[in-house]
Formats: sequence, structure tokens, C-alpha cells
Amino acid sequence: MDHKSAPLKKKFFTPGVYVMLAFMAAGAIAIVARFIGGIGYVSNLTNARPWGLWVGVDVATGVALAAGGFTTAALAHIWGRHHYEPITRPALLTAMLGYTFVVLGLLVDIGRSWAIWKPMVYWNFNSVLFEVAMCVMIYLNVLYIEFIPVVVEQFKGRVNLPGSFAFLNRFLNRLLALADRVLGKVMWVFVILGVVLSCMHQSSLGSLMLVAPTKIHPLWYSPLLPLFFLTSAMAVGYPMVVFETTLATTSFQLDSEMEILTPLTRITVFLLGSYMVLKLGDMAFRGTYVYLLEGTFQTNSFIIEMLFGVIIPFAMLVSLRVRQSRKALFTAASLIVGGVVLNRINVFIVAYSPPLAENRYFPAPGEIFVTLGLIATLMFLYRFLVTWLPVLQKTREVAS
Amino acid sequence: MELSRRTFFKFMGATGAAVTTKTSSAGAWTSKAPPDPYGCLVDLTRCIGCRKCEEACSEVNQLPAPESPHCQCTIFDKKRRPDESAYTVVNRYFTGKVDKFDQPLPTFAKVQCMHCQDPACASACIVGALTKDEVTGAVVYDVTKCIGCRYCMVACPFEIPAYEYFDPITPRVMKCTFCNERLSKEGGLPGCAAICPTEAITFGKRKTLLKLAKKRLRENPGTYIDHVYGEKEVGGTSWLYISSVPFEAVNLPVLPDRPSPKLAETIQHSLFSYLWSPIALFAVLGAFMYRSGKKQSRPEKREVPDGP
Repeated sequence: MDHKSAPLKKKFFTPGVYVMLAFMAAGAIAIVARFIGGIGYVSNLTNARPWGLWVGVDVATGVALAAGGFTTAALAHIWGRHHYEPITRPALLTAMLGYTFVVLGLLVDIGRSWAIWKPMVYWNFNSVLFEVAMCVMIYLNVLYIEFIPVVVEQFKGRVNLPGSFAFLNRFLNRLLALADRVLGKVMWVFVILGVVLSCMHQSSLGSLMLVAPTKIHPLWYSPLLPLFFLTSAMAVGYPMVVFETTLATTSFQLDSEMEILTPLTRITVFLLGSYMVLKLGDMAFRGTYVYLLEGTFQTNSFIIEMLFGVIIPFAMLVSLRVRQSRKALFTAASLIVGGVVLNRINVFIVAYSPPLAENRYFPAPGEIFVTLGLIATLMFLYRFLVTWLPVLQKTREVAS
Repeated sequence: MELSRRTFFKFMGATGAAVTTKTSSAGAWTSKAPPDPYGCLVDLTRCIGCRKCEEACSEVNQLPAPESPHCQCTIFDKKRRPDESAYTVVNRYFTGKVDKFDQPLPTFAKVQCMHCQDPACASACIVGALTKDEVTGAVVYDVTKCIGCRYCMVACPFEIPAYEYFDPITPRVMKCTFCNERLSKEGGLPGCAAICPTEAITFGKRKTLLKLAKKRLRENPGTYIDHVYGEKEVGGTSWLYISSVPFEAVNLPVLPDRPSPKLAETIQHSLFSYLWSPIALFAVLGAFMYRSGKKQSRPEKREVPDGP
């Protein structure tokens, strides 16, 4: 392994960070309002429309975009392509933070937040949501365990608490040393487990809507929904890494990592291509293309999702020149990420049209503030952690 | 991330054993409907829109009194849905039928939980807080298990469960209980069926009601649409409707005969019973990891990045 991760050690408070803090404050106010006045007080959710922005974006999209974690782990650790090691840590951090925020988003969305532990006691094996919840819960812990080595690397033998906590130093140092020894031996179990759990719940998120065939627009409702969700999650994993790495290397003025990202996205050509073939094949097989020219909001949203989120970026990525150009690759990756975001929003919100009751939904300001606040907090923590922990790759001048 | 030969085989032996102990696959989906549930037959030709059922329902279930209980004049101007303060509501529909003086004839339709034979809500519920009573057939809600995820509301094809959106800490899912506690007592009737002055609601065993419904259709040719709503919809419901106007016209949706939970449950159980597929995937990935680890330990040319 010739790469070395290192803490950034750069100035933490920049104008961007203050913008994040402003969003976090707005989100916090909305969350307080939700726990005083109820979900109805801050949201436009109704009896006909029980799931909205929070489930569609905070949960479903959050899980999908955290797919970089398991896809890079599979590539670098299971397939042994160690060339890609430098991107595993930032992807792992994103996944860890992403899933943490899925759970935080759920705590806001479910009516009885304090009862979130109950699925551990009351099991319903018929429920798709039960399986998703179990997988997400276990996977979140797996991600935390996978992240321990990063902490160990930074602090092992160097714990130096100030003042009255100093007596803990020796104990903590020993604990870190122990964690280092034990985890080194068993980490492979967690790496594989992480991939298995991801495959399970990424696909099952797609099964969630299968129980409501009369409410989901036929363009999206297919028995293959779980397969679509799994393949699109796999396809978005590496583009998400490209998206983040490009943003991080630009914002922190690090070396661009094109020598990793270019070959990485060659794999995406195959993954995204498979997803595209599956989606188009399903549309042809079920004959749902008859809806394409209806011109309704729903069908237009489907066309945008497929055209700009799948077909165009696929055509771009096929070209080596695109994969080698930092700007073009970033554009293609952003399109794919945007396409998966739109797909999750489409399946959970746009495609959902209950036939009986009056049904018009647009997220209330309260819902939007909570979602933006959670995203801002996630970015804030990402910045905080890469500043102080060895996550991102060292710049070469320093490393050599 | 070293995966030694010994630990690998130890682990794979165990997973292999686990996979082989998996007995014959989950098999075809079977309905979990109780064999002889109660039900109610609603005859829309008999309903006069007095809304006594709404009143009785509120009283029995300790809900707020229905909106303007003694005024039948303006309440029907809007279409209402059951909500967190009313388990059942009656709506008025003008479907184009006219009396002999060419005046439009209203059709009144009561709506409440249909108590499906294979309820989507119960299949969806993450904690099993919604269950179908084995004896009475009522779909009942256990608030002590509920976490408030509202997946039941997403799943319900009749859009029945309602939510206490303005309770910040302990909101409940609210829906018709079929007065299950009353049913469990000898001779007990649901509040609405007991009070109905025109016998538009008939309570009884579902099987008996189906016979009764078909008898009425047979004996009054030309009066009814030839369809018992709820006999086959989403695999059958405990509540049944007969009507002289098309059911879509009174907001009873056209639904497939296939029970809503069937597809998702079939997929879930064939993939995850005994966790066979996750265990198999774990084994396959473990094998890959072991092989790639062995390759790495030999000095070898590095992975070549994207060729020119």
C-alpha cells in the first residue's frame, strides 16, 4: 500500500461552514417544532400521503447515496484491488455518516420516535420494512466498527487527555491497542457482512412499494423493483465517490485523484449499463412505454430520470476521454447521482398517487428545513472528521 | 484485513452447514385468511344517509361526536374520508340516476375499514401491531407495539388508516376496529350494524353474507349491479357491498383479485427464509476475498489502470 491517509489540518471555519451552520439552525428549529406540535404541524403529510420528503430523501436517497461504502469495500478489500484503497476511507466515512442520518431522519419521521427500538422485540417476518430496519441497524454498527481503525491509527499510543482526565490515558491507550490487535484479525468478517447487509436492504428498499400496486404509477411499479434498487445502488456507488472526491479535492485544494477515478468509473460503465438494460427491458416487456408520451408530471419525471440520470451519463462514460477529464467525469458522475436521487424521489413520492382521497403533495417548509438541516449537519461532521482524522489521502509533496 | 487459510475454512464450514440445513424452499405463498370470519354486508340501495352509524361508532369507540350529527343538509356537500376522529363516514353521490320526476337520485355509501382477508397493513407493519383476529376476522391495532412508521397507511388499498398527526409524542393509527371487543361477546354486533334503522348493514358470518348477497342479486333482477364488492377484491374482504350503481362511482376502487401482500411476501420469503441467500453470498464473497488475498501475498504486477 503506497497511499497514506492523513488528517487535513486545515482551517476549519470558512464562509461555507457558516452557511452550513445556518441551515443546521433552521433544521433544529423545525425539529423542535415537530416535537412540540407534532408531525402535522411542520409537514404536509396527510392520511392519503403518509410518506413524503423525509422518507423519500432522508431515508431512501440517503441509503442509496451511501452505497459508495460497500461498493468500494467490495472492490478494494474483497476483490483485492488495492489500487483503490485511498478512496475506501472517505467512502466509508460518507456511508457511516449517511446511515447515521438515515436513522436521525427516521427519528423525526416516525410518530413515536422513542419506540424505535421496538422492531428488535416485535418481529414481523412478512414485513419488508422489518428486514430493511434490521439490516440498516446492523449495518450501521458494522460501519462504526469498520471506522474504528481510523480512530486507532490517529490516537494509538498518543492519547493525551488534559487535566483531570489524564488518569484515563493509559487505559484508553491500551484499549486502542487491543482494538487494533483484535480488529486486524476479524475485520474481514465485518467487511463481507457490510456488503451482504447492503445487498439485502438496498434491494428491499425497492420491495417496500410492492405492497401497494394500485398506488404506484405503472412506469415504476414492477416486480423487479428490488433488483432495480440494488443495481442502481451499485451503479451510483463509484459516481458518488467521484462526486465527493472532486468536491473535496477542490474545496480542500488536494491533489486530484484521477489516476484512481478514471479506472474506477470504467466499472460504472458496466454497472450503469446493466441497470439501463434492466430498466428499458422491463419497460419493453411490460409495455409501459405507452405512458411515456402522456405528458403528465409523472411521466415527464420518469423521462428526465432515465434520460439525464441514466442514458446520457452512460453514453458519456463509455468514452475514455470523458473518464480522463476531471470536469467531464464530474459532470457524468453528478448526472448519475442526480438520476438516482430523482429515482428514489420518483418511486416514493412522484409515482405515489392514492386513487381515492384528494392528493396533492408538496413538502412543507418545515420538511424542507429538516432535510436541509440534516444534510448540512452531515457535511459539517464530514469536514470536522476529515480535518482531524486520517481519512483523505495525503497530498503527495507532504507524503513523500 | 488478512484472511488466513485456517479461519477461512473454519468459517466456510460453518456457513456451508447452515446453508445445507435450510429445508425445502419457502414454497408457494398461501393465504393466511381465517376460515370462518365475521363480516358485514352493506346494501347501498337501502342506505338513506341518516348517519346514525357515524353516531353509534363515535359513541362505542369514544371518539368525538360526528360533524353536525343532526343536520343532513350541508354535510354531504363535501366528500369526507374516515380520519383520526371518525372511523366511518357516509358520503352522498349523484351518479346520474333519476327518479320518475327526473330529479337526481342520491346514493349513500358508508366507508370504513374493509377488514381484508389478507390485509396489506398487517403484512406491511414493521412490528406486527396490526393483526387479523383468527376468530372474528377483525383487523386490530395494538398501540403498544406501534412505532408510527405509517407503512400500513402506504399499504392499504382502501386508504383507511388515519394518523394523529398533531400528537407530537404518542400519536396513534386510527381505524375501524370492527368493534372487535363487542364481537367477542355472545350476540355482539358492531355499533354501526346494531343501530342501522334500514338494515342497510347486515352482520353475520362472511360465508352466510355472501350467500345472502347473491340471493338478493338473484331475486331482484335489474336492481343491482351483478357484483359483490369485496368477495374477490384484493383476495376478499370481511365487509361486502352490493349496489345499484357502479362501485367506482361511490369511491370503492377497482382492485385486482390478487391479495396485496402476495408479491412482496413471496419475494421476501423466497430470498430470505432461513437467511439462505445472505449466507450463500457471504460464503461466495469470502471465497473471493480468500483467493484475492492469496494472490496478493505473491509478488505480482500491479493492477493496471484504465488502458489507453
